[in-house]
Amino acid sequence: MKLFRGSSGGTEAATPQLAQKLTRRSSGLGELSRIWEEDSPLCVLDLGSTSPANIRFFVERGHKIYSEDLLVASTEANLVTKDEQGNVVLDSRKFLADNLVYPAAHFDVVLCWNLPDYLDESLVRPVMGRLWSVLKPGGMLLAFFHTKDAGPDSPCYRFHIIGKDTLEMQRIVLKREARRGPTGAVHTAITDGFHLQRVFNNRHIETLFRDFASIKFFLARDNVREVLVVR
Amino acid sequence: MSAPLSADLAQIGKSVVIKGELSGSEDLYVDGQVEGSIALKNNSLTVGPNGSVKATVEAKGVVVQGKLEGNVQASDRVELRKSAVVTGDITTQRISIEEGAYLKGKVDIQGKAADRAAGK
Repeated sequence: MKLFRGSSGGTEAATPQLAQKLTRRSSGLGELSRIWEEDSPLCVLDLGSTSPANIRFFVERGHKIYSEDLLVASTEANLVTKDEQGNVVLDSRKFLADNLVYPAAHFDVVLCWNLPDYLDESLVRPVMGRLWSVLKPGGMLLAFFHTKDAGPDSPCYRFHIIGKDTLEMQRIVLKREARRGPTGAVHTAITDGFHLQRVFNNRHIETLFRDFASIKFFLARDNVREVLVVR
Repeated sequence: MSAPLSADLAQIGKSVVIKGELSGSEDLYVDGQVEGSIALKNNSLTVGPNGSVKATVEAKGVVVQGKLEGNVQASDRVELRKSAVVTGDITTQRISIEEGAYLKGKVDIQGKAADRAAGK
């Protein structure tokens, strides 16, 4: 199922780019907005990059918001291991011991954004299983998937809620990071964001969410399929 | 970056490491390492850019520029500056988060601000 994998390579990785911000309408978000305009306080889990806009959006409405950037968490070096065939994979047990540690049936809404498309193959199913368990029965999860027309270099975005059905998308840009190596010396590394790992078709998406009670697709114009699932 | 000098501001420099319970009645600026708990009920805690705090924090106000791991309870406000890396749940009346700050945890607005947000 893995159609695209790895780095796009070339010289692009050495060229920092400006953060592009785009606005897009989201039918899935519009559908979700009905529940957060209600009076009862909700428990919301945002799995994208920390977004001040999203935190403000929910706390202003009296909801509790949890923020956890799973893509960044998946880059921890100590997760790398080998499977029985000797292939390099990420240790999903270790990952789930440190991340998504919440009581069962805790959240009303999970904002998954484009996480499944960019998360390492070995983590996708275990993470979706954990998300099912932390969602309340009747709770909703919003995820975005690229369609087959999206190229392997489709940029990874952060999503900021700026209206009840409007998102601001901010491209995750290249940045230089100073890291301390094992000898104590400081190295400068260029982190180049995240690469599209695969393209799910409708059947793959249905299989991914087979434990959920219902699934609704919204096809957008920008080669993105929005999916709203209910536990 | 150094903290503003003030008679009522205690400072923990970047070479200082403290393990245990910290409490006091003056503002505290931490640019070193603290592990344990920090209680400044009527005062503020600032974690400087070199600061690394692994503690439960109870204060009036909390400003984070460095690393903070632990739950934060602030009776007034919390500010996460762009270089902040925070792992833990935040309970406060007001919060401001700069673009670029990292948070893994819950934000729970309580008290008057929550009542206002809820239209009470």
